Amino acid sequence: MNLDPVFLSRLQFAFTVAFHIIFPSFTIGVSAFIATLLVMWRRTGLERYRTLARFWTRIFAVSFAMGVVSGLVLSYQFGTNWSHFSEVVGNVVSPLIGYEVLTAFFLEATFLGVMLFGWQRVPPWLHVLSAILVAIGTVFSAFWIISANSWMQYPAGYTVSDGFAYPADWLAVIFNPTFPWRLIHMVTAAYLTTAFVVLATGARYLVAGRNGDHAMTMLRMGIVMAAILAPLQLIIGDQHGLVAAHYQPAKVAAIEGHWDSVGPAPLVLFAIPNEAAERNDAEISIPDGASLVITHSLTGTFPGLKDFAPADRPPVAWPFYAFRVMVGIGLLMIVLAWWGAWQMWRGRLESSPAFLRLAALSWPGGFIAILSGWIVAEVGRQPWLVTGLLRTDEAASPVSGGEVATTLVLFLIVYAVVFAAGIYYMNRLINRGPSDEGTSVEGVASRPISAAAGGG
Amino acid sequence: MLATYLPVIWGVLIAVGVAMYVVLDGFDLGIGILFPFARDEQERDHMMNSVAPFWDGNETWLILGGGGLWVAFPKAYAIIMPAFYLPVIVMLLALIFRGVSFEFRFVAKPRHRAWDFAFFAGSTIAAFAQGVILGGLIQGITVVDGRYGGGPFDWATPFGLLCGVGLVAGYALLGATWLIVKTEGPLAERARAQARGLLIVVLLFIVAVSAWTPLAFARISERWFATPNIFFLWPVPLVTVALAWLVWRGLERGRELTPFVGVVGLFLLSFLGLAISTFPYLVPPTLTVWDTAAVPESQIFTLIGVVFTLPIILAYIAFVYWTFRAKVTASATVGYH
Repeated sequence: MNLDPVFLSRLQFAFTVAFHIIFPSFTIGVSAFIATLLVMWRRTGLERYRTLARFWTRIFAVSFAMGVVSGLVLSYQFGTNWSHFSEVVGNVVSPLIGYEVLTAFFLEATFLGVMLFGWQRVPPWLHVLSAILVAIGTVFSAFWIISANSWMQYPAGYTVSDGFAYPADWLAVIFNPTFPWRLIHMVTAAYLTTAFVVLATGARYLVAGRNGDHAMTMLRMGIVMAAILAPLQLIIGDQHGLVAAHYQPAKVAAIEGHWDSVGPAPLVLFAIPNEAAERNDAEISIPDGASLVITHSLTGTFPGLKDFAPADRPPVAWPFYAFRVMVGIGLLMIVLAWWGAWQMWRGRLESSPAFLRLAALSWPGGFIAILSGWIVAEVGRQPWLVTGLLRTDEAASPVSGGEVATTLVLFLIVYAVVFAAGIYYMNRLINRGPSDEGTSVEGVASRPISAAAGGG
Repeated sequence: MLATYLPVIWGVLIAVGVAMYVVLDGFDLGIGILFPFARDEQERDHMMNSVAPFWDGNETWLILGGGGLWVAFPKAYAIIMPAFYLPVIVMLLALIFRGVSFEFRFVAKPRHRAWDFAFFAGSTIAAFAQGVILGGLIQGITVVDGRYGGGPFDWATPFGLLCGVGLVAGYALLGATWLIVKTEGPLAERARAQARGLLIVVLLFIVAVSAWTPLAFARISERWFATPNIFFLWPVPLVTVALAWLVWRGLERGRELTPFVGVVGLFLLSFLGLAISTFPYLVPPTLTVWDTAAVPESQIFTLIGVVFTLPIILAYIAFVYWTFRAKVTASATVGYH
């Protein structure tokens, strides 16, 4: 059997990073939610907010732990599986990862312990402040990771000598062209995802007729957040798309299923991209639609896949379908959030079982959208690992296919067990509900310095 | 100028990071290794609670070690990681298992036996893998054209496996002496007895590794026995013996802190011996810190961040250890779960 180490390494990295991304996305959002609840508790004095903050802190702790352990793996995989990448761009990219560790360590490490343990041991203002700083720390973490990723998507601020990249201008490296909108898009996605988890949890309790007050608070807060962020994310995504069209035209052509650059392009709603024949089969499209989206003009043109040599094109099907899943979920989120807002405005939230049932099922939506978006971003920039500088098939380590196959199987088994258990326990915590204060106040895990994992 | 000193500064920083890791995560991995020898569930709860507030911060040094290596010495990182591909990944997976066990064991009660085992197995396998990697570094790495040129199992030598088992014993010893500090009653007494046996085992491993190393690796024996090095190195075995005696006496006389401090000393001394044997080589026997260093711009850029954050990180760690300095007892279970 001939095992290709490059292919297996890609599979392994995709698998481990896909698992990882779920947890930090959630902790970014839920830490901000907890901070918000605590601020509202201080301002209103309502015990309900504090109880909810404690409840979500317990779930936050489990999710954070899973983010830490799965993030630890990634920081070593750059070397174990992508050693040539580590070497070629190490001078430029690794300091960004280094800063992620240092700043996450500094902020989250210092204040996570206070946030988890400090319910009664420190003055309330310090406890609230710690929760806010932890929430900021998770965004810092995202800042550096997305900066490094964006640099790989479209590198800037560097020079090349003997095929190796060297830093020329750190500000240009950090604030590379595709970074700002990608960061905003990602962080908004994290908040939006959490808003749906929160509103789904509230809806789930209401459907079951439990935790009335707490459930209503969660549902209302989730709906307000989602009703604002879901449409906003559409606009942010559009802006991010314009940047991508400028810097990564091949990716955008694949997303749109756009083959020929002559004339205005239709917006392909559905198709089966046929890479061999260089066309779409079974296409359903809106004339000139893609030109409107990509160039903001009905007659605009943009490069098609045929403008790129086949060796420089990304695989079309993955980004094409994943993009449609992401946007489809985004549109459903807008509908659901506004429906909820409408019911809320009319004061009929509790008395609309159809909405509540649907809302209770909506929690995975954000996660699926994030994973889809990640597939669009990462598969869409292929065949490059670092655009224009290093191709994915040149970046792997000198390890054998057998080694990678072995570890891939181990990863599959371990992650299946550990993460199934983690999600099972988180679900159990949610089932117990916020009013169950049977376990001790400080029953949340003590992981004072987890943050450094960069898993955060 | 910068290109001369920066790699040395980073080399020292990473060495300090790894030493911190070995000592700090060493005792909590040791608790996991000793887990099956506890008498009942309450004892296991106490053992776990004695490290619960710390383990996670301890493990952080591993990330600083790995991340720091990539930042400061990308070439070394790109050679060492593929060279130890299987042990590194197995170590990471083992650390995942034991890490989540802290959380899951308490949430899963009363059906938590599987996580007891995961905690033990994960800790033991992680320790063994780390020892194997250490042994492999002492042996040296095959480098061809600036890349790893060996096979998938180059680390799997008798010497590497000896180092693996030795480190398991060493961590267990650290864990036992930690239990003497942090617990009381029958659990602490048993730990004291275990520590005595383990001390002898660990000393045997130290002797074995120290004898094997110069015999098998000419470059190291040259370094050890050449003048003037020998004048600086001859006290090392003497200090080792003195420390071992200190630990033994502390165990015999019922001291609580002395054995732990003494064992930490033994670890640091062994680590120092290793550093002396290999510096300035980062990928023995061919590549030095200067050969593998990132460009000064990159090293300085990250060093600035380290200078600002490291003191705060250290202060925070001191604060956590001070806050949870009390012994773990039945009545006060650290407020954990």
